[in-house]
Amino acid sequence: MHDLSDDDTETMTARVRALETVLVEKGLVDPAAIDEIIATYSERVGPKLGAGVVARAWTEPDFASRLAADATAAVAEMGISGRQGEHLNAVFNTGTRHNLVVCTLCSCYPWSVLGLPPTWYKSPPYRARAVRDPRGVLAEFGLSVAPETEIRVWDSTAELRYLVIPERPEGTEGWSAEALAACVSRDAMIGTALAVRP
Amino acid sequence: MNGPQDLGGQMGFGPVAPDPDEPLFHAPWEPRVLGMTVAAASLGHWTLDESRHARESLPPADYLRWPYYRIWFEALLVLLARHGEVSPSEAASAQVERPGRRPERRLEASRVASVLARGGPTERSLDAPARFAAGDTVRAVNMHPEGHTRLPRYVRGRIGRVEAVRAPHVLPDANAHGGGEAPEWLYTVVFSGQELWGAETDPGLSVAVDAWERYLEPA
Repeated sequence: MHDLSDDDTETMTARVRALETVLVEKGLVDPAAIDEIIATYSERVGPKLGAGVVARAWTEPDFASRLAADATAAVAEMGISGRQGEHLNAVFNTGTRHNLVVCTLCSCYPWSVLGLPPTWYKSPPYRARAVRDPRGVLAEFGLSVAPETEIRVWDSTAELRYLVIPERPEGTEGWSAEALAACVSRDAMIGTALAVRP
Repeated sequence: MNGPQDLGGQMGFGPVAPDPDEPLFHAPWEPRVLGMTVAAASLGHWTLDESRHARESLPPADYLRWPYYRIWFEALLVLLARHGEVSPSEAASAQVERPGRRPERRLEASRVASVLARGGPTERSLDAPARFAAGDTVRAVNMHPEGHTRLPRYVRGRIGRVEAVRAPHVLPDANAHGGGEAPEWLYTVVFSGQELWGAETDPGLSVAVDAWERYLEPA
């Protein structure tokens, strides 16, 4: 539903360029700052950071405890902080509960550990249904959660940001944190997937 | 406001259709909008809450139809015009008609890393004790303000349980409208799916929302 026609792309390209021209000429925006912001979220801040947090939680029980108690402080130990992650909460999947994160009111998402949200996370179909029919939504991701497993949906209505800590896949005993991180997809940390062996 | 942004529980939008190979941006203009939006916020004319309200105040049919960075772009135009930085005719023509108001606040590229790493924490201190405690039964108030609020319609009037007393946080309802930060205690409140959506609902569903103190009353 959000595909852009070529006409739209041309129009938006021109309009966005026009605004940037005015902002830059007025001295209000530094184009190099725009480049730097884009580079930050294209190259440096993304789901690999979150996967590292999850892998460490799986391998270091003390870290997992600190993560559960105060995720903002725990990830800061790993040098992770920042915009849209100022007040981070880690929610742990268990054998009896599966967690799913949404922002029904806009697009709140834990940028500091996952980077920018995917389009579907920001779009009406997901935002409308995640709180009412999460199992139906998960089925569209190919994920079937056992009927006896509770589903807890976290609607990010304030500035708290939620990171799902998936369960560690079976058969990964003794794996390094690096190998474990490769089991953790972005979607697993939103709750629309499980962690799996690659 | 009961705007198009308040989507929880609405129907008819079709499947989620995740694309596993989705690029981070879908057109070259999208990252420029991201960068301009973040950079222009540093001018300090508006709060995060005011920018959210500008987005949800866009025409509802457009809000639901546009890709998300288009929503950001249109709201950025509204904010820049409202605060006297870029007029609609300047934005349309790419011709500067008046000097910028706050060039001294421009976000320099060298400061981007530290500004992004610091973010914008909303926790504040407050002398007043929290009115509710974990385990309390509460009702989300039935209110329909025309201004900004972060209490979704689908929980209004519904009974839930306080799962966590968080901290005092900046109140969006005030901060979006020049009313200052007016911090209030923030709570995580859990509602059963059946309370929200009726008896036919999956008994294993619960939904947590983060609610400021004024959004709640004893039940």
